[in-house]
Amino acid sequence: MGQIPTEHGLILAGLLFILGLVGLLARRNVIFMLLSVEIMLNAAGLAFVTAGARWNQPDGQVMFIFVLTMAAAEVSVGLALVLLLYQKFKTLDADAASRLRD
Amino acid sequence: MSTAFYIAAAVALVSTFLVVTRLNAVHALLYLIVSLLSVALIFFLHGAQFAAALQVIVYAGAIMVLFVFVIMMLNLGPAAVGEERQWVRPHAWIGPSILVCILGAELVWVLSRGGSKASAVAEVTPKEMGIALFGPYLMGVEMASMLLLAGLVGALHLGRRRRGRREPQ
Repeated sequence: MGQIPTEHGLILAGLLFILGLVGLLARRNVIFMLLSVEIMLNAAGLAFVTAGARWNQPDGQVMFIFVLTMAAAEVSVGLALVLLLYQKFKTLDADAASRLRD
Repeated sequence: MSTAFYIAAAVALVSTFLVVTRLNAVHALLYLIVSLLSVALIFFLHGAQFAAALQVIVYAGAIMVLFVFVIMMLNLGPAAVGEERQWVRPHAWIGPSILVCILGAELVWVLSRGGSKASAVAEVTPKEMGIALFGPYLMGVEMASMLLLAGLVGALHLGRRRRGRREPQ
């Protein structure tokens, strides 16, 4: 019934980040790539909150709020791009939009 | 306290792994919501109640609703009916339900122990957070507001239907 070790929280954040990174690299569906980016941002927020809890300072949660704001902005623009990609190419394959000039 | 952390961490890892490996986007969304909720429970156990609430409301609520909207918009057409028939089978929701039940049992256990007051961790109250946010981090708040405005304008520009102008083929 003790304190949660900081290292374990950071290890969990690292594992979640790696899972998100693997998903981002391995998947070709744009929706899944966006979901993986969300996982990675969430893992970064978890690391911030864990560190903030370790030193008992509010800075970790403040940084988490900034991460949350950035995730919201990123997802709105990203999903608008997904809709545009689907309208233009009729597919969600990221490789379909590999040429900038089309 | 530690046991709850490890169970929530295991739930987060399992559900995140399933997000990455699912083929169906809606299944992946269900698992991602479970993952975000378990991370919210970890925030709660770390004494970051406000961050946990924000995680549930903004991440698992608002952002996931955006994803659901877009996936539903993309799946229009006759093919969606067959997929829908496939989605309502129990195997689609039984996995997330089990994981959420684990989280719910943990929540009941934490609350039955007397809630956050009895927890060993020192919590950071929302008041301290607000003081920090609008004190030394005021410039960050302004930049976040500019970022949100840029995201709003960008999404509006990208989502606008271009009528009266031919799409370059």
